[in-house]
Amino acid sequence: MSQNNFRQDIPLLSIDNLTIDIPTAAGTLHAVRGISFDLKRGETLCIVGESGSGKSLTSLALMGLLGKNITPRADKMEFDGVELTTASARTMRNLRGARMSMIFQEPMTSLNPAYTIGDQLMEALTLHGSTNRKKARARAIELLEKVGITAAESRLSQYPHQLSGGLRQRVMIAMALMCEPELIIADEPTTALDVTIQAQILRLLAELQREMNMAMILITHDLGVVARVADKVAVMYAGELVETGPVDEIFAAPSHPYTRGLLRCIPLPGKTKRGSVLGTIPGIVPSLVGEVNGCTFRTRCEHASPACRGTIPLHTSPTGTHTFRCIHQPEDLETDAVQSTGANA
Amino acid sequence: MLNFILKRLGLAFLVALTVSFISFSLLFLSGDPAIALAGEGATDQDVVAIRELYGFDRPMLVQYASWLVNALSGDFGESYYFKLPVSSLIADRLSVTMLLGLCGISFALLTAVPLGVIAAIRPNSIIDRFALFLSVAGQAMPSFWFGLILIVAFSIKLRWLPPSGTDSWRHFIMPTVVLGYYAMPAIMRLTRAGMLDVLSSDYIRTARAKGASEMRVMFKHALRNAIIPVVSLAAVQMGFMLGGSIVVESIFALHGAGYLAWESISRNDLPTVQALILVFSMFYITFTFLADVLNAWLDPRMRSS
Amino acid sequence: MTLAPSTNSVDPLLQDIVGPTPGQQLRRRFFGHRGLMIGASVVAVLLVIALLAPVIAPHDPYAQDLLARMKPPVFLGGTWEHILGTDHLGRDYLSRLIYGARVSLLIGFVAALISGTIGTAMGVAAGYFGGRTDAVVTFLINVRLAMPVVLVALAVVAILGGSLQVVIGVLGLLLWDRFAVVMRASTLQVRGREYVSAAQAVGASTPRILLSEIMPNILNNLIVVITLEMAHAILLEATLSFLGLGVQPPTPSWGLMVSEGKNMMLFEPWLVLIPGAVLFVLVLAINLMGDGLRDVTAPENRS
Ligand SMILES: Nc1ncnc2c1ncn2[C@@H]1O[C@H](COP(=O)(O)OP(=O)(O)O)[C@@H](O)[C@H]1O
Ligand SMILES: [Mg+2]
Repeated sequence: MSQNNFRQDIPLLSIDNLTIDIPTAAGTLHAVRGISFDLKRGETLCIVGESGSGKSLTSLALMGLLGKNITPRADKMEFDGVELTTASARTMRNLRGARMSMIFQEPMTSLNPAYTIGDQLMEALTLHGSTNRKKARARAIELLEKVGITAAESRLSQYPHQLSGGLRQRVMIAMALMCEPELIIADEPTTALDVTIQAQILRLLAELQREMNMAMILITHDLGVVARVADKVAVMYAGELVETGPVDEIFAAPSHPYTRGLLRCIPLPGKTKRGSVLGTIPGIVPSLVGEVNGCTFRTRCEHASPACRGTIPLHTSPTGTHTFRCIHQPEDLETDAVQSTGANA
Repeated sequence: MLNFILKRLGLAFLVALTVSFISFSLLFLSGDPAIALAGEGATDQDVVAIRELYGFDRPMLVQYASWLVNALSGDFGESYYFKLPVSSLIADRLSVTMLLGLCGISFALLTAVPLGVIAAIRPNSIIDRFALFLSVAGQAMPSFWFGLILIVAFSIKLRWLPPSGTDSWRHFIMPTVVLGYYAMPAIMRLTRAGMLDVLSSDYIRTARAKGASEMRVMFKHALRNAIIPVVSLAAVQMGFMLGGSIVVESIFALHGAGYLAWESISRNDLPTVQALILVFSMFYITFTFLADVLNAWLDPRMRSS
Repeated sequence: MTLAPSTNSVDPLLQDIVGPTPGQQLRRRFFGHRGLMIGASVVAVLLVIALLAPVIAPHDPYAQDLLARMKPPVFLGGTWEHILGTDHLGRDYLSRLIYGARVSLLIGFVAALISGTIGTAMGVAAGYFGGRTDAVVTFLINVRLAMPVVLVALAVVAILGGSLQVVIGVLGLLLWDRFAVVMRASTLQVRGREYVSAAQAVGASTPRILLSEIMPNILNNLIVVITLEMAHAILLEATLSFLGLGVQPPTPSWGLMVSEGKNMMLFEPWLVLIPGAVLFVLVLAINLMGDGLRDVTAPENRS
C-alpha cells in the first residue's frame, strides 16, 4: 500500500523529447519533433491542434503501433517505469490492451467484420491471462452495460455491421476498458459520429475515466470539451508541442500565438453571432520534409520577425507547469493580442 | 440468406439448361449428323437408315427435348465408337478426374495461400519476389509443355516417377503439380492482394492495440477476412481445372474423363462429347454455386441479410 | 467547432505529385516500368521476326530432307547448317520456329480482335443500358464460363476440320468473356461521370455518347484485356494443336512441333524443349506487357 502511495507521486507516463521521422519518397518527414510531457495517474491530458500536426502519430508511438518502417526516438518514454522505446515486442504486447488502451477515430472500420461483438470483447480479456470464457462473458456484459448499451447480453452475438457508428464506438470503449487499463488514449473518438452522439460519447468517456481512475489522453478538436474534462492541455502545431500547461492557465493566459488563434476560434455563447464564420488562422503550414528549423508557425504568425528562423527559447511559468515555445515574452504579445482581438471584432 | 440461395439456384438451373442446349446443338454443326455418322462411302440408303434409327429426321427442338429428358434420367445414348452406354463410360472414368482435380486444387491452395500470405506480410522481400516470379511464369506456362518437361526430368532422366498410368499415388504426383500450377497464380495473387488490403485496415490496428501477437493478428484477424474471396476463386478454378484435365490426362495417359473426351473427340463420337461437355459444365456450375453459398456463409454481412 | 482548415496541412506525397504534367508522368511511368519494357521489347523482336520470316529463315520450313532427320542443334554438337537442328522429317527447326511465330501471332491477334469486338459490344451495352440488357449479358457470361473452353474448342475444330481460319474463328467466338466482364465494369464506372450526364442532357444520341464519351475512357482497360487475351489465345491454339485438333500439319505451329517432338522425347528432348520454350517466352512477354500497361494506365489500381 505504501508503495502504491509512492507510485501516485511519480508520473505514470513520462515523455521526453519524442521525435518521429518518417521516410518518404521526397525525403525524411520530420512529423513529430521533441515532444515532452508527463501524466500522473487519474489525470486527463487533452491534445489539441489541427489535422496533420502529429497527434495521432504521438499516441500511436506510445502504444507501439507505428508502422514497421517508422521508429520513434526519445530521450525518455516511460510508462510506469518501463522504457517503451527499448521494450521488447512481448513487453509491449503485455502492456497494450491490459495497462494501456486506445480508442480510434473510425468506429465504422475499427471492429473486425468477421467476428461477433462478444468474441472481440472477450478476446481483449483472454489475451491477457484470463482464459475463463464464462468470466470473460460476464465482464463483457458488465462493460457493455457500463458504456450504456441496452440488451447487452443479446448484443454479444451481433456482428459489427449490425450496429450504428455510435454503438460501435461504445463497443470500442468497452473493449478498451476490459482489462481496467491505467492509461487510455482516445484519438478523436467522436469525429466520425453525428453531432448529437458526440457529446454523449465524450461525457461517457469522462465519467468512466473518473470512475476507474485512469489516466487519459484525449485528442479532440472540441475546445468546449477540453475546458470541461482536461487537467492539462498540450497544443501541437506541425509536429511540435508549442504550449502545454494546466487547463486553467492555458485558457486564462494563452501564451503562444497559435494557442491564442485557436482560442479565438471558439464561438462564445451570446457573443458569437449565429451563422458567423468561425475564426481561422490564415497561412500555410511549412513542409516538414527535409531540414526544419526555427518556429514553424512563423508563416502564419502576426508577430513573426526574422528572429523566428533561429533557435526558439522555451518559456516556463513561475509555477513551472506552464511552458510555451516562442521568441516573444508573454508580456510582449499581450498588447498585440488586445489590438488584434479588437481588429478582429 | 435463403432468398439468396434460391435465387442463385434458379440462375444455376437456367445456365445449365442453356449449356445443355448448346452442347446438344454441336451435333448439328457439321450439317447433317447422319452423313457424318455414316462415314465416307456410305450409300444413300445407309444414311436414311441411320437418320431414322437415331431420329435425326425429327425437328431439332423435339430431338433436344427427348435428349434432355433422357439425359436427366442418366441416359446419354450409346457411344458411336465404344458401343457402350455413354453414362456408364463416363461414370467409370469420372473418379480418376475427380481425384486429380481434388489433388490439383489442394496442391494449388497449399502452395498459393502460404506464399500469398508471406508475400503480403513481407512485401518486396525475396519470398515476395519468388512468389511473383512463380505466378507470372505460371500464367505463361503451356501446361502440356510443363508436363512434358516434368516427364523428361523426373521420369526419363532421374527415373523417380512413372511417366503415365494410374496404378499408384506416385502416378498422380506430376499430373497434380501440372494441374495445380495452372490454378496457383490466380489464387496466390488474390491471397496477397487480399492480405495486403486487410492488413492496412483499421481493425487490424485494433487487434494489435488489444495486445494480440503478430501470429494471432495474421491468422485470426487478417487471414479470416482475406480468405473469403479466395474460397470462391478456388471453387471457380476447380471448375476450370476439371475442364482442363483433358490436357493433363492426355499427357500422362490418365484414363479419366478428360482422356475419354480426347478419345471421343478424335473419333467423332458425338454423344460422348456432348455428354462430357454437359458433365464438365455441371461441375463448374455446381462448384460456383457452392462457392457463392460458402462465401455468403463466411461473410457475416451476407449471412444475416 | 473546427480549427483552421485542413488545406493548410502539408501532404508530402502531394508535393511530389504536383510537379510534372500528366503526360510527362505517364511517359515516365511507361518507360520506368521494367516489366512493361522487357515484355514490349521481346514482343517487338518476335513481331519483326514473324514479319520478316521469309527474309530471316535460313531454309524453307516445309522442305523435307529425309537424309538429314533429327540433326541436333549446334549447341548439342550439330552443324551451323541447321542451327537448331532438324525434325523427324528433316525440316530445319529454326525456320519452322520462325514461321511458327507468324502462326502464333496471327492467331493471337485476330482471335483477340474478334473476341474483343464481341465482348466489348456486350460489356458496353450491359454497362450502359443496365436493366434487362445487363441481366441478359451477365447470364450469357455465366453460360460461357460454364462451358469448358478446351473441350468445346476441340470438339468444334474436330467437327469442322482443323484449319487456321477455323481455329481463329473458334477461339474468337469463345474468348470474349473477360472482355465483357471488364468492359461492363469500366462502362458502369464511366457512365456516372459528369461528362456523360452532360452529353445526355444536351441530347446527344446514344451511339454518339457510346463512341465519343464512353469508349475513349474505357480504351486503356480494353487495350490491357486485348493484350492478355492475345496471350490466352496463343496458348490455347498451341494446346489445340498439341492435342492434334488445331492447326494441321505441315503448317509450322509451335504446339504442333511439341506434339511431333513428343514421340522422340526419350532420345531428343530438345525437340520438345525448344518450341515450348519459345512459346513460353512469347506468352510471358505479352503478359508482362499487359500487366505493365495495367499498372501504368491505372496507377490507383496498383497493388
Ligand atoms: N505512415 C505515414 N507515412 C507518411 N506520412 C505519414 C504517415 N502517418 C502520418 N503521416 C504524416 O504525418 C503527419 C502527422 O500525422 P497525424 O499524426 O496523423 O496528424 P493528426 O493526428 O494530428 O491529424 C501528417 O502530415 C501525415 O501526413
Ligand atoms: Mg489524427
